Order: sequence, then structure tokens, then C-alpha cells
Amino acid sequence: MIDVNRRGEVWVFAEQEDESLSDVSLELCGRARELADRLGVRVGAVLAGWNVRELAYRLIAHGADRVYSVHDSRLEHYRTLPYARVLCQLIASHKPQIVLYGASPLGRDLAPRVASEMRAGLTADCTALDIGDYVESRTKTAHANLLLQIRPAFGGNIIATIINYDRWPQMATVREGVMALRDGDPKRKGTIVEEKVEFNDFDLAVRLIERHREARKVNLKAARTIVAGGGGVGSRENFKLIHELAGAIGGAVGASRAAVDGGFVAKEHQVGQTGTTVRPALYIACGISGAVQHRAGMEESAKIIAINWDREAPIFGVAHYGVVGDMNKVIPMMIAAIKKRA
Amino acid sequence: MTYDSIVCVKQVPDTANVTADAMKEDGTVNRAALPTIFNPEDLHALEAALDVRDRFGGTVTAITMGPPAACEVLRECLCRGADRVILITDRRAAGSDTLATGYILSQAVRKIARYDFVFCGRQAIDGDTAQVGPQLAEKLGLPQVTCFERFTDLQDHTVRVRRNVGNGWEVLEVKVPVALTVLDIANLPRPRAARRLMQFKRARCADEIVREIAAEMPGADDARKEAELARRTVALKVRNLLIEQWNLDDIQADLQWCGLAGSPTKVHRIQSIVLTKEGYTEIPPTEEGIQRMVHELIVDHTLG
Repeated sequence: MIDVNRRGEVWVFAEQEDESLSDVSLELCGRARELADRLGVRVGAVLAGWNVRELAYRLIAHGADRVYSVHDSRLEHYRTLPYARVLCQLIASHKPQIVLYGASPLGRDLAPRVASEMRAGLTADCTALDIGDYVESRTKTAHANLLLQIRPAFGGNIIATIINYDRWPQMATVREGVMALRDGDPKRKGTIVEEKVEFNDFDLAVRLIERHREARKVNLKAARTIVAGGGGVGSRENFKLIHELAGAIGGAVGASRAAVDGGFVAKEHQVGQTGTTVRPALYIACGISGAVQHRAGMEESAKIIAINWDREAPIFGVAHYGVVGDMNKVIPMMIAAIKKRA
Repeated sequence: MTYDSIVCVKQVPDTANVTADAMKEDGTVNRAALPTIFNPEDLHALEAALDVRDRFGGTVTAITMGPPAACEVLRECLCRGADRVILITDRRAAGSDTLATGYILSQAVRKIARYDFVFCGRQAIDGDTAQVGPQLAEKLGLPQVTCFERFTDLQDHTVRVRRNVGNGWEVLEVKVPVALTVLDIANLPRPRAARRLMQFKRARCADEIVREIAAEMPGADDARKEAELARRTVALKVRNLLIEQWNLDDIQADLQWCGLAGSPTKVHRIQSIVLTKEGYTEIPPTEEGIQRMVHELIVDHTLG
């Protein structure tokens, strides 16, 4: 652990694979920038890998003031132990006050290892981050400007705000897609700091034998929000509205069997008993009547919005919000309302 | 060679079936009103360990940390084929976050001493953090393989493991001992064996025996209760039905790393999501109506 360090930077672990930065790292740079401005400190990004120096400029464009670059052929492909060594060494020497990771499979493998070695706190899968104060209830000790780590817990039934006031850095993994991915500013200036990290035999004990990556497919299971269309959408052309709403909220596109059978969208989008079973934080069912086979695949969603012209449609039986109306009018209104607040 | 495995399992509230009854009036979750289950991915961790033992020989030891009631999952492990089960229970462990939990489990694993694999489920459904496995591995000074799918090769001390990385997979080569976290797609857990079920449903830990005696002999004085406890303990032990129970002293845990004191993360605030499946809020298909709905979704963190 490191001591509370009010001048410490706000750090982002820059996740990259095959020489390409993950979106979540850039999303985090943007959010880290806002947090750091409120604290009056710099944003740092840790970039580890091989032949990835160029990526530092993108991190700077997205908000980093300093990029700590660790360039080593042994870091070409991610392995837990050498990457953890990089983070632990850099955290110990630069003492950032906050370290953020994407809650990707890689981030969720790395961050707890680092937290354990640093004996620091870590909150998984945050959906929001903020800065705020906290008073210890027993001792009345006040702690100003802490990182508020906000996450759903208990199967999505509660929202918990977690803090970490004594054993720093304050660390969190953040869900992909919940922070806005802004356009980078190529004119932003920043510093690249070359760092050297030594590895011991244990760090290099695990060998990568084979790796296989698939192009990103429709991942309904991992989606936090899903916009699904049914037979009521009417046509492939009209289904564009579903894609547009999904794009506006950063969600995935789902479909009922009627929409798939009608040829509006590919089968891999199908939700329901014969498709994928999902339980996102938000499910928006558009023009879906809600046959039992479909409801079985989505009724565990934390929040369900049903949009349908037919007041008697069974989908309303599982909905939290119901809009009885024409989706061709309602969806554009939703997109406008979402853009307005962003 | 044969392989000895330790499996970490957890009893969790069934968060998939939270109903309005499970919420207290102040909006917090009433854990006592929720049924408890064997954490789903831990069943796959247990199966991975049993499978290795059945193919190569060795032992499977299941451990859990929790109140005496958590013995329920240990009995389940026995019924499915575990050779030995241990409950780690201590009031001083209450309030442990993932870091403290990883530390306490690591001390128990050290006490067991002989192991090639430490299996955990990838994550538990009450927290979904997936942090305890890697933190336990670090505390033990072991390499970790998260999101285990299967062994592609087991040869002496060097093993090859295929892990899932979301958008693909990779095969890692590592020497035992190693810690692994297991995904639900890794295997199909075997059912309980009927004969083992008949045998092990009577397995108890010491604290459970104390409670049963208190309930069955309310009028008895302490001396009689003590004597009854000793009698039942011996009776269970000879039939191999006494669940080992360890506290923090037994595993030589340093208290500064346990419980609330050992937990750097603290809960600042809890907000419950109001569960209203009964009927829905009707939103008029107007701009104002839609804006109000979107605003509500942002306020309760569903959006953004």
C-alpha cells in the first residue's frame, strides 16, 4: 500500500492487445481527466507492451498528461505476473492516488493481483465514479475528496458506493461502455516517460503456448443494456431504429424470434428460450408482443421498458415502464432525450 | 503423478431470486429472508477438482469461510465426492472485503499444506467481483490462471491450461502448484451420489452440534451440555462425519489483515433498487413523458 497522497496523479491502465488500445482505456482517460481536474492533479496512463509506443499519443489526445511507457518484448502478450510487476513497481515509485482499470477479462485478472500485492483496496465493475467526502461514523474523522466507487451489487438489486480512505491507491475496475468515449484532441500535449522494469524468474514462470482471438461477435450476455426489436418493427429497414437507439445508449441489439424469422436481423441477436438468455441492467423491448419463450429469455433483466401499440401485449406483464404507442415516434424521442442529457 | 486439490466454495444468497419480501422497509436487503445456495461457479470448481482426482488420483479438500450454517455447502461437497471439508469460522472475520478474505483463505490453504491445485469459482453471485481468486493466489505466492476452461495436458509437475479471455482463448503452461478460477462453461457438475447423501447428511461441525444441543436440551445445565457435546463429537468423529472447524487462531492469521481492520474498502452508502414487478409505470408517448423516464433511469444508474 502507499500512504494517502493528495498530490498523487489519477492513473489509467492502458489496456492494449495486438497493438491496439481497448475502447475502455480511452473511456477511462476521459473520465480520469474530469476527476483529475476536480482534484487539481495530473492524469497518468500506464502503457506496457512491445511496439506500442505510438499508442501513447492517443492516450494523450484522450486526456493523459503523462504516459509511463514500459517497452519490453516480454510484455508483447499479456501475462498476469509480469504486468502485475509493472503496475506494482510504478505505483510504488510514483504514488498515484487513483488507479483505474477496465473491467474487461484482462483488467479483472490483473487488478486484483496488483491490489493484493499492494495491500490496497479495489472495487470491481464500477458503473460510475465521482469525487466526494466521507466522515467515519465512529471517530468522526473527515476525509475530503475521495474516489466514490459506485457499482451494482447483490445481483443488481442494490447500488453500493465504496470508498477507500487509508490504504491507497484507490483502485477500481470500470465496466466497458459506461463512460462516454469522447473524440480525442490530437493537439493536446503530454509527456512520455520511459520506464524500466526488472522481472524475476517467478514473474516469467507462466508460458503462453497458444492464443486465439475471434472477431468481436454479438455479445448479448455481456451487454449492460439491450434494445430488442420484434415482429412489430415491420421491416429490415425499420429495424435501423433499433440499431440507432442501441447506439445512443451504448447497448447491444437484441431481437425476438418473429424479427429473426422475418429476416429483419441475424439469428445471433435472438433473445429467448431458443436464443440467448440475458439479464442486463436495462432491456428495451420495441414492438415485441412478449411470447412466453421470449419472456423466459429476458424477464430477469433489472429494468424492462416495453414499447408497443397494443395495450394488451403480454410484454407489459414483465415491464417496469410501459409506453403504449408507435415505436416509430417513441424511439426518436428517446434518442433525443438521451442525447440531450449527454 | 497424482494431484491434491483444494477447492474454495461459498454459500451465497440466491440473488437471482430476490423478491420484494427480501427488502427491508429502509430499502436495504434482508439477507436473512433470502434462501441460500451453493455459489454456482464454485460447483464447477469442485467438479474440476473431482475430475482431476478421478483421472489421476489424489485428494480433494473443500474449504469455506462463513458462519456455521455454511456447513450446508460443505455437506454438499461431501455428497458430490470431496474427501475432506473444513469450515473457517470466526466472528473476527466479519466485514472482510475481498482482500481480507483472500488473506484468510490463504492462511487456511497454508495450514492444509499439501496441494497442487487451488480451485475457486470465477466469482460469487452476491458480489460478482471475481477478485478473491487472484488475491488468494497472490497471497500464496502462486501463479494464477483465471477463467479456466480445461486442462489440455497434465504431465507431472507441468500442466497446460486453456483459459477463456472473452473474445477468444489461450493455452498457458505452468508448473504446479497453481491457483485457478473456474468458469461455468468448464464442465457439467456431477449430481450428488445417493449413497454419499445418506451418509453425509448427518455431518456436522462443532458449532452446529452446540446449537442442536441448545435446542434439544433447553433445561440442561452447562456440565450436561458439555458432556453431550463431547459424546456427540466423538460419535461423529468415529464415523468420519465431524466437519473440521478452524478459527483465525488455528490458521495463525494476523488479525490486522482480517475483518474490517484488514479491509481497505468500506461501504459508504447503499441504495436499493425498488423492486416493483407488480404493474408497470405507464409513460405517455410524449416528449415530456419520455424525458422523465430517461431522467429516472439516469438517476438510478441504469443509464450512464
